[in-house]
Amino acid sequence: MANPATISTAVAGADTLPLDGPQGPRPRPRLSRRNIFIYGTMLVVAVYYLLPLYVMIVTSLKGMPEIRLGNIFSPPMEITFEPWVKAWAEACTGLNCDGLSRGFWNSVKITVPSVFLSIAVASVNGYALSNWKFKGADIFFTILIFGAFIPYQVMLYPIVIILREIGLYGSLGGLVIVHVIFGMPIVTLLFRNYFASLPEELFKAARVDGAGFWQIYFQIMLPMSLPIFVVAMIIQVTGIWNDFLFGVVYTKPDTYPMTVQLNNIVNSVQGVKEYNVNMAATILTGLVPLVIYFVSGKLFVRGIAAGAVKG
Amino acid sequence: MASGRPIQLFRNMTAKIAAIPMILTALVIFVGGTAWTVVYSFTNSKLLPRANFVGLDQYERLWNTNRWIVSIENLLIYGICMLVLSFIIGFVLAALMDQKIRFENTFRTIILYPFALSFIVTGLIWQWLLNPDFGVQNVVRGLGWVSFEFDPLNNSSIVIYGVLIAGLWQGTGLVMVLMLAGLRGIDQEIWKAARVDGIPMWKTYLYIVVPMLRPVFITSIVIIASGIVRVYDLVVAQTAGGPGISSEVPAKYVYDYMFQGQNLGQGFAASTMMLLAVAIVIIPWAYLEFGSRNRG
Repeated sequence: MANPATISTAVAGADTLPLDGPQGPRPRPRLSRRNIFIYGTMLVVAVYYLLPLYVMIVTSLKGMPEIRLGNIFSPPMEITFEPWVKAWAEACTGLNCDGLSRGFWNSVKITVPSVFLSIAVASVNGYALSNWKFKGADIFFTILIFGAFIPYQVMLYPIVIILREIGLYGSLGGLVIVHVIFGMPIVTLLFRNYFASLPEELFKAARVDGAGFWQIYFQIMLPMSLPIFVVAMIIQVTGIWNDFLFGVVYTKPDTYPMTVQLNNIVNSVQGVKEYNVNMAATILTGLVPLVIYFVSGKLFVRGIAAGAVKG
Repeated sequence: MASGRPIQLFRNMTAKIAAIPMILTALVIFVGGTAWTVVYSFTNSKLLPRANFVGLDQYERLWNTNRWIVSIENLLIYGICMLVLSFIIGFVLAALMDQKIRFENTFRTIILYPFALSFIVTGLIWQWLLNPDFGVQNVVRGLGWVSFEFDPLNNSSIVIYGVLIAGLWQGTGLVMVLMLAGLRGIDQEIWKAARVDGIPMWKTYLYIVVPMLRPVFITSIVIIASGIVRVYDLVVAQTAGGPGISSEVPAKYVYDYMFQGQNLGQGFAASTMMLLAVAIVIIPWAYLEFGSRNRG
């Protein structure tokens, strides 16, 4: 918005006639009614969005007696990390009392291969779709994109049958396959659009020089598309880490991912409710996506925008 | 051109082989799986799928089950409120963010962070905040308003609004980001022209900017809507469908009948109804979006 300023300087430079009254752009008062309204609203909104996180953290640092007496918004009088230790290492789900750590490591074992595989598969798909169009490719791609809108519930049981047939039902490997399948539409779309935006001459030049499918992929496309790989990783890590439905359907209690175990810990009907432990466990589960979100910043936004616009 | 045919098949062979996972997913899972479920929704499968066709019996049972009716009502209330509110709040926030405010990044980061959290985490946070003995109700009462009542999670007539509060907290940031991207795409000259003509800000928004943002609005609606039909984890974590069955949703009905009630046929029929609901949203959108593009 340099415009009012440039106009006024142009005017001031053009005529040297003495002007009556003040010169230059109209000063904008900092505390105009408009600014108070905008910043006031944004501040209230920001507080509203932050409060739940604040309450979670505060609750997880209090002892149970303090929680029973006090106010959820008040800061802890005595900070204790015991709920965190308990949530991580001792909280019970069913017969296992080794805390959320088991779910955490399961989630790691699920997320790492799922993210790696789904990005590998989807990037090759996207590359084939944008640079090596074969007959019928667009039909499969359209089905894939529409598939992203089909409620998962419709496909849950057929996949159970398929996984049972190949002996992977209930194992981590089966869940990894499921994540690769359901991550495919969005990640393929992401890569297809990205590869299509690269200059075509590059691809043609490599073809003329005799490079084949994989050679072009590994030596030209891969090194050029690191940012989009990061975006895809952000989408997939958060998506897979946060999954609950597939975890609960395709794994067994021993291999439950963190979200499922968290829900079982917090919503178990047995025993006394330990709200501080529950909140510590909730934060622990949300920590991985939150860290990714705060570290990745703009890339996260780019990821969801890329996934959303022209979905 | 006699030799044209076989070559056609082997052309691009590597690309075709590389695309096998995509082709399999599209055909076997998305088309095959969906078709399988729809077909088996006409059977009386119980513990295991059996191809014993009984016509529309499962659907008749479904629509005569109180729990399903409650689920549909909840989905409608949740869906309409979610759609309207997240749309309006998202747009207003985006419009405010677009006023060249300072700390824009900070505000955006704050409003979007719940979107990074899972529905399970969201549900559990709000279960705690809405806890009648410790949460918001207790705090307001502690301030002196003793008769204050705000206990949605234990009141079967408003429990779905308790879920809605959590859903809005989680999802509005996404709508705001989408709309903000749309607003940023609008030519700055339009603002200047409107200002030169002396048109008030709100009129510029209502009559000029909003019509221009149509594509962004449609995308947002499709995204919000397809998320609404799937709502499952949030309810499981926050209320587990209770009190009683008053916060049940269709996705939970499907899961419970398929994997816990050992009544596969009901699960298939219910999930087919969900598919139908999504189709009603998606098909007109696809028609508008891609149909007009072909013509243009």
